[in-house]
Amino acid sequence: MKQPAAVLGVGQTHHRAKRLDVSMAGLCREAIDRAMADANVDWDGIDAVVVGKAPDLFEGVMMPELFLADALGAVGKPLLRVHTAGSVGGSTANVAVSLIHSGVHRRVLAVAFEKQSESNAMWALSIAPPFSMPVGAGAGGYFAPHVRSYIRRSGAPEHIGSLVAVKDRHNGARNPYAHLRQPDITLESVRASTMLWDPIRYDETCPSSDGACAIVLGDSSAAHRDSAWIQATAMRTEPTTFAGRDQVNPRAGREAAHALWREAGITDPLQEIDAAEIYVPFSWFEPMWLENLGFAAVGQGWKLTESGATAMDGQLPVNASGGVLSSNPIGASGMLRFAEAALQVMGRAGDHQVDGVRRALGHAYGGGSQYFSMWVVGSEKP
Amino acid sequence: MPLSAPLRVGFDYTRSLGPVLGHFMTELRARRVVGVRGSDGRVHVPPVEYDPVTAAPLSEFVEVAAEGTVVTWSWMPKPLAGQPFDRPFAWAMVRLDGADTPLLHAVDVADPSAMSIGMRVRIRWAADPIGGITDIACFEPATNPLPTTYPQFAEPSTTPTRPSPQPAGADRLARGRPPGEGGGRAGDVTMVTTPIHLDVVHSVSPEESKYLRALAHGKLLGQRCPKCHKVYIPPRGACPVDGVPTTDEVELPDVGTVTTFCVVNVPFLGQRIKPPYVAAYVLLDGADIAFLHLVLGCAADEVRMGMRVRAVWKPAEDWGTTLENIDHFAPTGEPDAPYETYEGHL
Repeated sequence: MKQPAAVLGVGQTHHRAKRLDVSMAGLCREAIDRAMADANVDWDGIDAVVVGKAPDLFEGVMMPELFLADALGAVGKPLLRVHTAGSVGGSTANVAVSLIHSGVHRRVLAVAFEKQSESNAMWALSIAPPFSMPVGAGAGGYFAPHVRSYIRRSGAPEHIGSLVAVKDRHNGARNPYAHLRQPDITLESVRASTMLWDPIRYDETCPSSDGACAIVLGDSSAAHRDSAWIQATAMRTEPTTFAGRDQVNPRAGREAAHALWREAGITDPLQEIDAAEIYVPFSWFEPMWLENLGFAAVGQGWKLTESGATAMDGQLPVNASGGVLSSNPIGASGMLRFAEAALQVMGRAGDHQVDGVRRALGHAYGGGSQYFSMWVVGSEKP
Repeated sequence: MPLSAPLRVGFDYTRSLGPVLGHFMTELRARRVVGVRGSDGRVHVPPVEYDPVTAAPLSEFVEVAAEGTVVTWSWMPKPLAGQPFDRPFAWAMVRLDGADTPLLHAVDVADPSAMSIGMRVRIRWAADPIGGITDIACFEPATNPLPTTYPQFAEPSTTPTRPSPQPAGADRLARGRPPGEGGGRAGDVTMVTTPIHLDVVHSVSPEESKYLRALAHGKLLGQRCPKCHKVYIPPRGACPVDGVPTTDEVELPDVGTVTTFCVVNVPFLGQRIKPPYVAAYVLLDGADIAFLHLVLGCAADEVRMGMRVRAVWKPAEDWGTTLENIDHFAPTGEPDAPYETYEGHL
């Protein structure tokens, strides 16, 4: 029998291009200390620690969890490292949830981070092995052809990607922790920005950030009155390439969403989810994931975006926090989606709070759209 | 024999140190070693940012001696590139006088018989300290004659817990700064650069080796899955969908269709093709999976999904076991392939 699990508190850093004032340990602790204060728990109350980050090449530290054990308060406790590329922040939270569900632990600290300023992610993601053609150009170079495929398949008008960028940056301007805060950005300024990986423009791309996020999870006996309950979690994986692979609407994402909605007892996600934090590092992924997640029929996601339904005052506010387009500490980006979903349910999202959120989605993906992790949090105990 | 080739991956990582390690490096630059006192009274050298017992942030710095005791050691008979010496030396855990934890560093002795647990060693400082752990060039046996360039060691420390005498060369850097004060002051060390280089021998599978050797003869060799009949190029050795070995070889033409693509306009570190360039998925006729290659021979904004392209090979005398034998793909001039023919490959 699965033990119910709840978010007791969340914390995050002020995300910036370069957090030169702190070490990796200090960066993690900035988020952890805020999460533990938010959860009103001290170190004696933490039974286990789960840490996630994206590829070690980004910081050049193999197995950073070992040297971070002191800073993460993990001495004498179980410490697990999770690694599922860009989705890792979400997977880390889900692994922590599983430790509560199993009844093994009462309270678990989940933390995820990236310190991109220690190297250069574009370099790290473009290493051409021998015998190959060196045409790779980072994450943008990987995803841009698939964005083009989405536009062709759906017939979406060209400005949809720019609309998402404007919306998410306006939202980010209301989030004091966001890296990019651009209240004055406009559709015209986004469309005038440089084409980096045609069809993806500069302003339609996530920044490169230093940052961390932490979540304290607990069981029923540890939960507070205003905790956000985990109503469902799901993770799925698929290989990067195989003949006939759908790179626009990957099967792993569709199946994860299907399992998630079923576990949460949701039959119509667009009606039943009040706010969504979806992993959108390039703006076109909003309509793509709206379809993959089942909020819209195949080919129809861009219409939801164009209608304004995903804006702060729309039917399904997406990325009220500003999302990955406003802050991208890669390893932490997925956990930020999960944490922001919980903040919406707990009513603690401040200036980017959506009214009356009872159920919210946190979503992350990683690799070449290979890893998917998601959760539904709600005010009702499952 | 499967093919293999060296792969070198390296970056000069830029580490921000934070207040504790920043102070440690700042003091090293002044030829002083500081540790930090933990909640149980132990002095940690190098300092740790967070207490190993309580996880609380630590900030009480304690200066320790430049001399200490070998706790344990091992011999490095054949040093690797980037290590403190290119001649044999010892690695040792050295507990400096005044510290409760040992520091890992090199000891400069000619022979392992010169090493023993409990032996006394002292720091040999680098000539030009920069604020990094290499400011400690190495340790040397404390019984050695003192180098004349370091007058601060004229009276070696005899009381184990007493801080080492102030190095003369540090006066200028340390003037006016009380011991133990740390962090964030103008001129303090806040960053270190850590060059990390991985030298890997990258080997490919027997099936990919056959494909690469065929490329060296100007041929494109794929494999067909016996179960789903899909043709993979490069071949995988096993079908990723069915999990069965692939053995049927299929030679493919050097003509195909652009399924999708992007135009790379962004320059970046390590880039080997000058932007702007078109990175396109090319689906060879008869293949069931596209691979990424370069499209030239027309303006970037003329490249289209469905465009028919043909390989433009480098001169045969330049061919090797690599897909780079194809310099790029160029438009054939045929009508575009119908969308339905490549829709299932997006």
